[in-house]
Formats: sequence, structure tokens, C-alpha cells
Amino acid sequence: MLGQQLANGLILGATYALFALGFTLMFGVIRVINLVYGFYFTAGAFIALYLTRNLGWPMAVAFPAAAIASGVMAIGIDGLLLTRLRRVGAPELASLMVTLGAVLALYATATALLGPDIKRFPASVIGAEAMEFAAIRITQAQVLILLATIVLVGGLLALMHGTRLGLALRAMAENPDAAGLMGIDTIRLAALVSFISGALAGAGGVLIGLNFNAIQPYMGEAMMLRGFVVIIVGGLGDIRGALIAGLLLGIVEVLTAGYIASGLKEAVAFAILVAVLWSRPAGLFGRAVTRRA
Amino acid sequence: MPPWLDDFFWTYQNLVYALGVNGLLALSIYVVLAVGQLSLGQAAFMGLGAYSSAIMTLKFKLPFLLVLPASCIVPVAFALLIGGPTLRLSGVYLAIATIGLGEVLRAVYLNIDWFGGALGLSGIPERAGIGSIYGLLAAALAVLWIIGRSHIGRAMEAMRTDETAAEVMGINVPRYRLGALLASAVLAGLAGALSAHVSSFIGPNEYGFEPAVTILSFALLGGIGTPIAPVLGAWILTLLPELLRGLADFRLVFNGVIIVIAVLFLPNGILPFRLRRHGRP
Repeated sequence: MLGQQLANGLILGATYALFALGFTLMFGVIRVINLVYGFYFTAGAFIALYLTRNLGWPMAVAFPAAAIASGVMAIGIDGLLLTRLRRVGAPELASLMVTLGAVLALYATATALLGPDIKRFPASVIGAEAMEFAAIRITQAQVLILLATIVLVGGLLALMHGTRLGLALRAMAENPDAAGLMGIDTIRLAALVSFISGALAGAGGVLIGLNFNAIQPYMGEAMMLRGFVVIIVGGLGDIRGALIAGLLLGIVEVLTAGYIASGLKEAVAFAILVAVLWSRPAGLFGRAVTRRA
Repeated sequence: MPPWLDDFFWTYQNLVYALGVNGLLALSIYVVLAVGQLSLGQAAFMGLGAYSSAIMTLKFKLPFLLVLPASCIVPVAFALLIGGPTLRLSGVYLAIATIGLGEVLRAVYLNIDWFGGALGLSGIPERAGIGSIYGLLAAALAVLWIIGRSHIGRAMEAMRTDETAAEVMGINVPRYRLGALLASAVLAGLAGALSAHVSSFIGPNEYGFEPAVTILSFALLGGIGTPIAPVLGAWILTLLPELLRGLADFRLVFNGVIIVIAVLFLPNGILPFRLRRHGRP
């Protein structure tokens, strides 16, 4: 029983980590808390739903297509919202407020157009059969979640720390003005970060949609709450921190739901957030940053 | 009261109440924005005020004169819990820590029978009215106006413009931020108690993410140069859906677009005037 709970927690945690990854990358590189991020999650799930249900595409094709489409959508929306603020050098809070207003408008539009009811993938696209390892049941969707998380986290870490592009991104995170003076095209890189983070959110949306087989416009909002907890606990902008914090949160939530009460999951996540803010505000693995004028 | 006024009042009673309560909520977010912080917990604080006051009235049968001031206690306690650590950090931490609060509390209200679960609390006696709502709104406006014109208001404006410079000039930034957050929790708690005691019913879904964003849009539309500006913003945004009935489904879209436009193109709101100060009072 405990083994099954831990496995479920690990898989849930992997989706949290996957979701928080793009969120924290966005903050790490372009210093923006992008609240529209949750909407890309919803968008990814709905695009995959449309491709599989209405067009009959197989999931193996629809999944990457939905992620890419969400990424492209992110380039457009982020560009529209944030370019002007970046040009005038507006503070972090301004971008937070703009994306807050935008995400409210986007969710409300999506609900008005698509309806508030829960939609499901057709039975043929989700592999319903489960595998068993030592009395632990894992569905195909859950295996896909674990694999996707490993591949995407590994790929992102390799990109950030193993390529010249990653070096440019890290330079931009350090100091965008200096990076610009060194010949780095910061506008194009910001668009690239939007694309990567939007695609990660979209991928997360498809996987969560598959796992619970329930898709509705506000699904991204529920996820955002976890996203906040993960990026604060892991440290704002810290990719490895987000991975570990995401896994921890998933396990803690599943254990809370299993042994205490399922309605208290959200409260536990929030209590962790407040506890970390009190004790280690730079995140569990972070170091305090000195503020400069 | 002449009959036509009586008729008018009966038809628009809820709207008149909503204008007053939303005015208080607009002041509540104004206080935080005025020190350059962003709190998205206003709706959650309001919910805490509403639930705690309703429980005091329904379960403990306390008189309203006691319930109303006591309705601030729980929101203030939560503001201290969240504000304590975040106010020493950059502004985004307070925003993130408060943005989830409403959703978390909703889950708590839903799952604990004491709070009425999904049915909420009903049968709350109508103890508040025009007098208490608008009296408190006027009092809050007057107090904030006087504070705004004093050296405290100057300090708040300095923090909003350049935090580091304000700190260097000897302003105790964390203390002002905490004071502002507590004041905003008090205002939101009062608004919650008042609205609970005019509407007779409160439910778990009224204090989540969307009302929080709507409250923010009040202040962003009106501006934060003077305390009257956010109240005006609240009144416009409360009246508009009544005037444009067709907007009903798209009201939230409208609020969201207002925020985007206000931040991008109207950074000072529609009333961009600042309070005037002479010398050192």
C-alpha cells in the first residue's frame, strides 16, 4: 500500500516538476513571473484533445504537436504582453500584473468558447492497461509521464549547461544589459525562452490530461498553485531545485490524501510554501542574493 | 423617503451595497499598492472576515457591534503569517504567497463541516446596511487621505517610486510594508463582514482567484495617486456590468483586459492626480 502511494506520489511529483520547470526557467532568464503559464498548460491539453478526438491523430504525434503549438502560442502572447514592459524597464510587479489580467481574460474566453464541463480523451488513445512491478500498478500514461519528465529535464539541463546557447541564456539571467552588450540577441532569446516554457507547460497539460483523463479550461489554474509552491520551495529560477521540490510535493500530497484527508492536499502544499518562506526564503537549495540598486 | 426613492432603493439595493463593499475592497488593495507591493490575497482576507463574522453571529450569537470589529482578527492573523517572511523579500514573494491563499481557503471551507461545506453558511441576519457600509467607507477614505498627506504618505510614495533610495533615506521599508498589509487585511475583513451581513448567505466559491483579480482591477483602472481613485475604479467596474447586460459572460474577460491595458498604457490609472503636500506636517 505504501509502495503504491509512493509510486503515485512520485508520478504526480514528476508532473509538478515538469510543469514548474518552464515557469522557473522563465523567471530565471527573463525575470518574469508569467501567470499566463497556467493557460499554456490548459491550451496544450485542449490542442491534444482536438488533434486526437476530432482529427484522429495518434497520441505519439499529437503530444509533441500540442507542445510545439503551445510554445508558438507562448511566443505570441508573451511578446504582446511583455515586450513593451521590457523596453521601458518596468519592475517585476508590472509584468506579474499584466500576465495576471491576461490569464483571467484568457481563461474566461476559453470557458465561454469551450464550455466549463470536463472533457475526456477517447478511450482508444489512452493505454488503459496497467503494468505491475512487485505489486505496484503503473498505467501507460504514468510511464509516459516519468519518461517525458526525465527526457525533458535532462534535455533542459544539457541545454543550459552544455551548449553555447545555454551559456548565453545564463549570461542573460545574470545581467541582460551586459549580455546584450556582449552581442547576445536578448530579444530573440526571450522569445526562445517563451517557446521552451510554453512547450513544457503544454506537454505537462497533455500528460496530466492523459493521467486523470479530465480536461477543462481552469485545469491550469489548479496547477499554478502547485507551480508556485514548487518554484518557491526549489528557489526562484533554479531548475534542479524545481525538480526536487516537485517530486517532494507530489509525494507529500499523495501521502496526505492517503493517510489524513484528501481535501487538505491544497492546505498542506500551502503550509509548505509558508514554512519555506519563513525558514529558507531563497528556497531549499538556494543561496540568498544581495540586492543591488 | 419619497416613494420613487423607495422604489429605486428596493430595486437596486444589492447594487448599492456592492458599490460600498467594493469601494472598501478597492481601498484595501490601494493600501498595499501604495507602498509598491502586490497582494493578491484581498479576496481571501474578505472571505476570512465574512466567514469569521458569520460564525460569530450564527453560532455565538454575538452582537453586530462586537462582530464587526472582531471580523478583522482572523484576516490580520493570516496577513501576519504570510507577510512576516515575505515583506523582507522582493515584491513578487508576497504576490505569490497570497495568490494561492484564496484557493487554499476554498478547499478548507469546502471540506470542513464547521464552515458549512459546499452549502456555505446561510440565514445570516441582515445587520449591516447603507449606514454602516458607507459610514465605514467614508471613514476609511478620510483616514487614508489624512495619512496620505502626512509624512507617512510621503514615505509610502518614496517606497513606491524607488525602494532602495527610500531605504537609504532612512525609511523602515519592511515596517511600512507590514503596516500596509495589515491595514489592507483590516479593510478587507470589514468588507467581508459587511457583505455577509447584507446578503444573508456566504459560500466557499466567492473568495477565490477571480474576485482577487477583480479587486486588483479596481485599483489599476482608477489609479493609486489618491485614495478616491481606486474607489472610483471600483464603482465603474461594478456599474458597467449592470449597464451592459450583454457583457455578463464576458465580464471576467473585460476585467482582465482592463488590467492589461491599465498596466501597459495607463500606468497611473484614469485619475492620475497625486495628493498635495506642503512642507512637513
